Amino acid sequence: MTGPGGALLDVRDLVITFPAPAGERRVVAGIGYSLASGRTLGVVGESGCGKSVSALALLGLVPPPGRVTGSIRFAGRELIGQTPAEWRALRGDRIAMVFQEPMTALNPVMTVGEQIAEAIILHQDQDRRAARAQAVALLDQVGIAAPGDRARAYPHQLSGGMRQRAMIAMALACRPVLLIADEPTTALDVTIQAQIIELMQALQAEIGMALQFISHNLAVVSEIADEIVVMYAGRIVERAPAEALFAAPLHPYTIGLISTLPDPERRVARLPVIPGSVASLSGQGCRFADRCPRGDASCRRAEPPLEEITPGHEAACFKIGK
Amino acid sequence: MSELAATPLLEVDRLSVHFPQHGGGWFRRHRQVLRAVENVSLTVESGETVALVGESGSGKTTLGSVVAGLRTPTAGRLRFRGQPLEGARRGIQIVFQDPYSALDPRMPVSSLIAEPLLIQRVGTAAERRARTAALVEQVGLPADALNRYPHEFSGGQRQRIAIARALAPDPALIVADEPLSALDVSVQSQILNLLKSIQETRKLSYLFISHDLGVVNHLADRVAVLYLGRLAELAPAAELFARPSHPYTQALLTAIPRIGRRRTRGSRTLRSEMPSPLAPPPGCVFHPRCPKAQAICRTEPPALAPAPGRPRQLAACHFKD
Repeated sequence: MTGPGGALLDVRDLVITFPAPAGERRVVAGIGYSLASGRTLGVVGESGCGKSVSALALLGLVPPPGRVTGSIRFAGRELIGQTPAEWRALRGDRIAMVFQEPMTALNPVMTVGEQIAEAIILHQDQDRRAARAQAVALLDQVGIAAPGDRARAYPHQLSGGMRQRAMIAMALACRPVLLIADEPTTALDVTIQAQIIELMQALQAEIGMALQFISHNLAVVSEIADEIVVMYAGRIVERAPAEALFAAPLHPYTIGLISTLPDPERRVARLPVIPGSVASLSGQGCRFADRCPRGDASCRRAEPPLEEITPGHEAACFKIGK
Repeated sequence: MSELAATPLLEVDRLSVHFPQHGGGWFRRHRQVLRAVENVSLTVESGETVALVGESGSGKTTLGSVVAGLRTPTAGRLRFRGQPLEGARRGIQIVFQDPYSALDPRMPVSSLIAEPLLIQRVGTAAERRARTAALVEQVGLPADALNRYPHEFSGGQRQRIAIARALAPDPALIVADEPLSALDVSVQSQILNLLKSIQETRKLSYLFISHDLGVVNHLADRVAVLYLGRLAELAPAAELFARPSHPYTQALLTAIPRIGRRRTRGSRTLRSEMPSPLAPPPGCVFHPRCPKAQAICRTEPPALAPAPGRPRQLAACHFKD
């Protein structure tokens, strides 16, 4: 089931490139992390940091002409280089994904129940009647009231929160061992967001799956993650257990992200800011250097490696400890 | 802010916005009415920031668009400096959530900012140019931004352009409808600080529409919490955040994700979802989701009234804290 060190998922030197007028764009520039069964990894970063495309790579869904290199070991097996048929067998069965906007992921002309049943029939040896019954049971499990009626509803007849629950039910249809959730609560109101996070926690405790939870919102990730990876412009800049990351953030970008969020309990005259806007993927050296309060010429000479600073806590910055 | 001011800058008086729904059969016998805003009264004083908060469908954007003059209310009155709103077009401007769609991509920044002045025939061409240049500087854009087009700017910079455009007619009130929501997290605090410093130098007022209570607590003097188009709570920000009176406000505050705080299951998360505004529940509209609901809540709509011992904190609840 698991690879070396008990990890279910082990990503090494993952690089994703897209052709560009001048050579190629490295949208993910060599990232690595691992995730064990029953644990939750939070991936945090702003638009363009590579968090979504690296998740798509885990499912073999990086759109052409994107190129994926490196290593993705899942349950002891190398995924990079798999045939399309092998990817299809894996997707929706062992690894499932939940997206930000369920309306675009659900088929608008099929009832919710039929869609879930289809996933069950595709991956499990079940007849249609049994699959339908299981779909209703899944809708019940994700907290949808009157699941028998809702199974007969079309996606547009459900609210945003309910659609996201249906999406999660579909993802869980084949009892995946890894669930990837890409901004699953971003389109939802805060009270519904809290419900969905509680639901995911409950399901994880019940099923024991590993969860990779991707969000631009550090506060949302902190509600659910055991370990957190912070990405910036295609690289991991910091990786730490959740408590350590918030207690003692190391990378200037992480420190900036935490300090710029307004605290609902404390009001200050002026919020700290990170100057500028999200960096481009090109250029030499540390990609955060131009926005960094500690950045100088030396930061632009080479790319800072991700190094362990304190046990279990890694950061990629030349200035730490200096 | 001053309590002595005789007339508030903006007065929203028992305002309702209803949308009749089409359909309902061939003969439209069962025509339904969507009550987006229902009998809302509030004021915005000069130099004050009032935040409108609530979930999607709460009516906050509809209310904002009525104040900005983009929509006509079904009932109720709006007064600006004590006068009917119609004559106050220049005094109230709006900043939208999405700076990508709010700016005409074919216009250079100089024209985008000067356009409201041109439409209202303010000043000579030279005066407009000078004012535009000063605005670009005030919102923190480089001077060469004037001759460039919106697509050349990042989201945060585009929001700065939209803010400059809103400031051009020198308004006394800006309706800001989720001005940070489309921006990257690291850029949001820049824009938030900009809104604050503009307010300090120009003494203008904001009607700040947001679902983000962290941002609201940072900027607002008073907060109006809307639920299904009705005011649930209206209170000074400090009091509302320290001691929310309405159960809905309490639930909203519990639902905000906080950095470094893991959500524990079975915490006081609000159950179910907001009902359809086409069929609001009888009595208190919040009662189906309310942990405190009693028999009276199912039949009697509660009036907006001061919380016990806190005259400035109003809540519409039979069992307010």
